[in-house]
Amino acid sequence: MSLDFTEVAVSNVARHYGRRKALSQVSFACSAGEVVGLLGPNGAGKSTLLSILATLVEPSAGEVTYGGYRAAAAGAAVRARVGLLGHDLYLYPELSARENLAFFARLYGLPDVDARVQRGLEYANLVDRADDQVLGFSRGMRQRLALERALVHGPRLLLLDEPFTGLDQSSAAALVGRLRGLQDDGCLIIAATHDLDVAEGLLTRVLFLRQGRIVSAEEGGLGLRTRYQLAMRAS
Amino acid sequence: MTAFFRVAWLIFRKDLAVEARSWELVSTTVFFSVACLLVFSFALINEGQAVGDVAAGILWVAIAFSGTLALGRTFERERQTDTLRALMLAPADRPALYVGKLLGILFLMLLTEVILVPLVALFFQAPIVDWPLHLAALLLAGTLGYAAVGTLFAAMLVRARSRDVMLPILLYPITVPVIIAGVRGTAALFQETPDAALAQFWLALLVFFDVVFVTLALWTFEPVMTE
Repeated sequence: MSLDFTEVAVSNVARHYGRRKALSQVSFACSAGEVVGLLGPNGAGKSTLLSILATLVEPSAGEVTYGGYRAAAAGAAVRARVGLLGHDLYLYPELSARENLAFFARLYGLPDVDARVQRGLEYANLVDRADDQVLGFSRGMRQRLALERALVHGPRLLLLDEPFTGLDQSSAAALVGRLRGLQDDGCLIIAATHDLDVAEGLLTRVLFLRQGRIVSAEEGGLGLRTRYQLAMRAS
Repeated sequence: MTAFFRVAWLIFRKDLAVEARSWELVSTTVFFSVACLLVFSFALINEGQAVGDVAAGILWVAIAFSGTLALGRTFERERQTDTLRALMLAPADRPALYVGKLLGILFLMLLTEVILVPLVALFFQAPIVDWPLHLAALLLAGTLGYAAVGTLFAAMLVRARSRDVMLPILLYPITVPVIIAGVRGTAALFQETPDAALAQFWLALLVFFDVVFVTLALWTFEPVMTE
């Protein structure tokens, strides 16, 4: 049922909603151990690209391959290796933190659910609040829990949409540490973010998007904020 | 196959757990259906006697209207938290997600009927205890057919802006055969001399509709949910 891959390739992907072009001719490839940043203004197509990578949205043109497998062909086997932390956090507010993690662990058909849930709660620093309804959690607590929800099945490809939203400085630092650990474990991370200061130093590569197109892709050089400004100005 | 039913059961249990914490759907559905029944009873009961043979029709109108309310809300919950995307991302058979949601709706509607049917008997002197198994089978089969179509449409419309308006517009015409069979079958049991054979005929028709609707819904759920 499950397959593994170490590379994701996006080839000439476009996505249209009626006459509006959300993405045009987007191509790039990335490998396990990379942390790729998707940067750009609102409406640049970052979330659409993440949805396509998560196999939730079909591209209007082009294709995405996961170690050579196309999502349409591999279906559930690819989805089993993808984790997504969306802008909405995909948590059930009426359920407790423990119930949320356990539900998703069981949905993925994972063994040792209790141990995985406990580990997730520890990473999210929510052991004390494990049996409280998510309804009463702060945005930061929900964000931490949602990340563990996205990681409960140990995905190879982790997609993050604004992962630092609502996190205080120490929580953001903890998240950066957690993502570095995942990177070291061979996880391929693609993150769309506006928090350039927090993302600086974490991202190994940056794709700048504007109006659905990649306007610049670079690996280093100047500071992230300066590169962002230059990329946006040049386009 | 076991994975299919495991996922469906998980979704069903999760929906029950969410409902047990909020009581949102149970309270609104029961309140709405009882209010519907009361309005009809004010209009159609004269000096303690119902005007004509109306009990079966009123029962199914209350079931259909309250069911629509529940169908809309159950997917609205998944939309508000965007958890539907998390469900779609899971490596589970997508029709299993549909079956899980269908079981949740079915359970809720049957729960409402447990309250509704005795009230219909009380207000309209409907003989619900003469053929209880026939009546239960008609209600179960009719509710399944209605919920099968409704669950599919509610899922389809979850991202549509005008979903609250569109759901009844799409649902009622398609489920007319189910409602007619439900009303006629139930009326056959509620009449002065109950006609079990006629009720069985309508029950067989309802089972046929159920098979058709559930099969079509399982077949179309994945394509209609793909963005």
